[in-house]
Order: sequence, then C-alpha cells, then structure tokens
Amino acid sequence: MSTLEIKDLHVSVATEDGDKEILKGVTLTIKDGETHAIMGPNGSGKSTLAYSIAGHPKYTVTGGSVTLDGEDVLAMSVDERARAGLFLAMQYPVEVPGVSVSNFLRTAKTAVDGEAPKLRTWVKDVNSTLERLDLDASFSQRSVNEGFSGGEKKRHEIAQLELLDPKVAVLDETDSGLDIDALKIVSEGVNRFREQEGKGVLLITHYTRILRYITPDYVHVFVNGRIAEEGGPDLADQLEAEGYDKYVKAGV
Amino acid sequence: MTETPAVAEAIETTKVSSHLHPEGSFRVEDHPVPTGREEIWRFTPLKRLRGLHQETALTGDTDTPVVTAPDGVVAELLGADNAVKGTSGFVPNDRISARAWEAAARTLSLRIPTEAVVEEPIVVTLTGTGTEDASATHAVVTAEPHSKATVVFRFEGSMTLADNVEIVVGDGAQLTVVNIDDWADDAVHVGHRHAQVGRDATFRHVDVTFGGDVVRHDTTAEYAGPGGSVEMLGLYFADAGQHIEHRLFVDHNAPNTESNVVYKGALQGEGAHTVWVGNVLIRKVAEGIETYEENRNLVLTDGCQADSVPNLEIETGEIAGAGHASATGRFDDEQLFYLRSRGVEENEARRLVVHGFFNDLIRRIQVPALEEELVATVEAELAKNVLKAF
Repeated sequence: MSTLEIKDLHVSVATEDGDKEILKGVTLTIKDGETHAIMGPNGSGKSTLAYSIAGHPKYTVTGGSVTLDGEDVLAMSVDERARAGLFLAMQYPVEVPGVSVSNFLRTAKTAVDGEAPKLRTWVKDVNSTLERLDLDASFSQRSVNEGFSGGEKKRHEIAQLELLDPKVAVLDETDSGLDIDALKIVSEGVNRFREQEGKGVLLITHYTRILRYITPDYVHVFVNGRIAEEGGPDLADQLEAEGYDKYVKAGV
Repeated sequence: MTETPAVAEAIETTKVSSHLHPEGSFRVEDHPVPTGREEIWRFTPLKRLRGLHQETALTGDTDTPVVTAPDGVVAELLGADNAVKGTSGFVPNDRISARAWEAAARTLSLRIPTEAVVEEPIVVTLTGTGTEDASATHAVVTAEPHSKATVVFRFEGSMTLADNVEIVVGDGAQLTVVNIDDWADDAVHVGHRHAQVGRDATFRHVDVTFGGDVVRHDTTAEYAGPGGSVEMLGLYFADAGQHIEHRLFVDHNAPNTESNVVYKGALQGEGAHTVWVGNVLIRKVAEGIETYEENRNLVLTDGCQADSVPNLEIETGEIAGAGHASATGRFDDEQLFYLRSRGVEENEARRLVVHGFFNDLIRRIQVPALEEELVATVEAELAKNVLKAF
C-alpha cells in the first residue's frame, strides 16, 4: 500500500523582494493505486508542488504536512525521500558530465534498495527497460543527460521510474516538448508502472494531450497556488474545451 | 635606415615580443632574480621555492631515475655536453630553467627509433629521498619519424627539484608523454617541458599533479612543420596549503597546425591554491590553424583560490578557429539535487560529481593502465577531505 497525503501545504521561495508565497494551502491525498492529474496555467505553482514534495532546497515549507504511509516526508532529506519510495520525474533533468547512465542507474538502484542489484538480472533489466523506451544499448555509456535530446531526457526519466520502482511517482510536465511518438512511448512506460499493485501517480501537466494515453482517476485544477476545482477524467475534457480562463479570473 | 617591403613584413615569423613568452637565454645572468612582481612570477610563492630562483646550489645527489624501457627503445644516461641536449630548440625562459640547464650533470636520453611502434609505456621513475639539497635534471625524449610510443615520467618522494624535459616529435610520429607528480607533501618541483612537433606529427601531453608543497610546470610547444597536432591534458588536485601552477604556451609557428588544451582541477582545504595560465600565439605564417584551450576548476571547500588566465595572441585572421574557456565553480546544487532525488546520499552524490568531472578528462588520456590508476588516485584524494567535510 502507498498513500501520499498532502495537507494545507504552504511553500515560499526567496526572491529579491523577500519571500514570496507560491503554494497557499494545498490539500491532496493520493491513495493506493490512484493516478491524479494536476492541470493548471503557467505560474500556478504546479512545479513548486512537485519540487517541494521532492525536497528541493530552493523551496521553504512554511506550513502544512506531507506524509507517505504516515511517515513525515518533510522531516526527511532529499535522498531519504527517494529511499522512502518517492520519485520525481523532472521537467528539466540535469546534466551530470562524466557519469555514465549505467553507473548512475546502478548507484541509484543500490541506494534505493539498500543493496547492490544482482549483476546478471540487473543488466538484463536495464537493457530491456531501455529497449522498451526506444533507447539503444549505447545509451547507457553516455553521460547522464549530457547531449540528450529533449525526448531522450524524458524517456531516461521514465526508465529510472521503471527501474527504481518507487511507491509514488510525481511526473512534472513529463509530456512537455515531446512529439507524438515519444509521448506514446513515455505514456506506455508510465502505464506499465501503474499496472503494478498499489502504485500512486501524481501527473502534473499543462496540456490535456497526455491524458488521452494515461487516464487519471482524478483531475485537479491548480490556480494561484491552490486547487481550484476537482473532478473525474471528464474535467480534463472540459478544460480542453474551455481553457483555464474562468478559474484564473475567479482566482484574481 | 633600410626599408622593408610591406610584403616581407607580412610573412615575417621570427619575433613577436610579449610578456607572455619572454625571450629565452641560456645564460643564468640574463635572468635576474625574480622579486615576485614580474608577470610570470606574480602567482608563485617564491619564499617556498627553497632558493631555486636565487643562488641555491643545484648539486643535490640526484638519485638515478629508474627507467623501464621496452625493447626497441634506446635509453641512455649521457654527459651534459652530449649533442642531444638542446635538439628540441628549447631556450630557458626563466632563471630556474636556465640554472637547471647549467647545473644538470647528465642528460637522460630516450630515443624511439624511426617507425618503431612501442606498445608498452616507457616509464621513468624518480624517487626523491630528501629536500635539503636541491637538484637539477635534464631529459630528452626523441620520437623519430613515424614512430609511436608513450613515455611516463613519475615523480615520488621528497625532493627540491628543478628540471627540464625536451621532447622532439619527428615527422609523422605519434608521441604521448605523461607527467605524474605524485610527490610527498614537502616536495618542491619547478619543471619545464618543451616539445617541438614535426610535420603531421601528433603529440599528446598529459600532466597529472597531486602531490608536493609547490609544483610549477611550464609546458611549451612549437611546430617544426605544418600539419602537426598538439593535445595538452591536465588534471590536478590541490589540498590544504598546496600550490600547483601550470603555465602553458603553444606557439603556432607553422600553418595548418592544431592545438587543444584542457586542464581540470579540484581544490580542497585551507590555502589550496592553483594557477593556470594558458597562452597561445598564432603567428602570421600560421594560416589555417585551429586552437582551443579550456580550464575548469571545482572548488570543494572554503579557503581555496583558483587563478585561471587564458591568453590568445592572434597575428593572422586566416585561421580555422581559435577559442578558449575558463570556469571556476563550486558543486552544482542542481546536480546534487538530481542525484539525491534518486536516493543517492549527499556524500556519494558529491563523489560522483567529482568523479564525473575528472572522468571526462581521464577517458581522453587513452593509456588504459593509467586510467585505472588515476580513477583510484582521485578516489583517495576525495577520501581525504570531501567525504569528511560534510
């Protein structure tokens, strides 16, 4: 089982003009096996939510709580959160020159599991995962994210999702910048993850396009640091037709 | 007054005067004792040179280097007056190199005969046994035309040393020279390396600097014909109180030549100081050349200083390309966050980032046995400080 519970979360970020509150009380629970989509206009605080859950040092939590299966996530360091079972697929994955994908994946897997993976099955797992994501075998010898195309970066994020096998995955605009073929490949990877018992997904997106391939259980409209409306998958269709205007206006 | 036709001026290739590459001289008295205010000395802690730049006798009993030379290589310890000395065209460019030139009692000559291909590296190990008496040595590496070899100079132990190494790369030859300063903490080493690169020859110099109290290397290259290629790679790691200085000069004095310089360093601990000065001169005659130099420093703790000065003098615009880059920074927080968000602990993440920083360079050395050793040495350096500090 895995339940991610976010309660009245307030987060600010330091700016030149002092601290600025970005999240203004977010409450959201992702229960066992559920997929939640968060949709919203640019600047609404969607990515801040993702980074705050992962523990990025740029963001300061000023109130509220985040728990994973009852454990206080906010009290954990960044790496402890990952080892507890959280995963963040990043919108802008970071280059780590000189560190090969294969070294990186093995180091991360060892850290998350607390022991080194069995060599024979691991190599097989890595190769088949890369292959399913249409990344060729030489990919694992390249430096992490260095010189990757936009699509390769996102597919590499999903490869990590599948190999590290967390309890709850937060996908931060994984669909942005992908062509339709890459979008399908990435969605298939996410769906393989979801098909397993009890996995939670928080899918953050600006566009409804990806929701045609990954059907959410719930859709939340995020505006001005809060959830403005919640509904089922049909809410996404409504957003597609009407846009965010009515929420943005109401928010002001 | 004689008139010089404009066209003659346009093709002159002899003299370009600049403080970046002072006119050399074999006579010690032509090089006044530096005060520390001179451009070429301003970064160097002269007081810690144990008088190498002054009058200190360079008569230390130079332990004979141990030479491991595979078949086909001619290794000889010759007299100071042997004609091989000076064949690279090296002219001492400062007082220490002039003093070492004068004082070195012998010349170590390593010769790779014409068309010989030597797979195993030629290894020269000099192990110092004390710093009291300063020493001077001289070596000449000659790769005859179309030969191929790798020479490793390894320095260990405690010593106060001034040395000159001349390198002659014959036409079409491929030579790699690796210099490893793996000194004890109290060593002082001021070294000059000069390479003359023949027509269509390939010369790679790898300079690895880990140990010593003060290490200063002048590494210079010029071309004996068109089409030559020079790659200079450097890797250094300065600990608390250590001064590591690299001064490079590539003289593009022939057309269609290439040079590529990449030096990467890490600094950790109070008073760790590194200096990198990369000079490139593109003479009027050097049309069609391509050059790039790059220096990157990773500052791992507070209290370190990294100086980085790239210089490019261009006398002709008819070139394929010329550029340089220099960057000095701390750990990239975004890199650490990315690794940690995958469960990797902070210390391990730092270790990975530093490994990656150097691996990029180590992979380009192309001497497999050395690559493993360098990865292990980087690991040992990291264990000293980076992992403890957090």
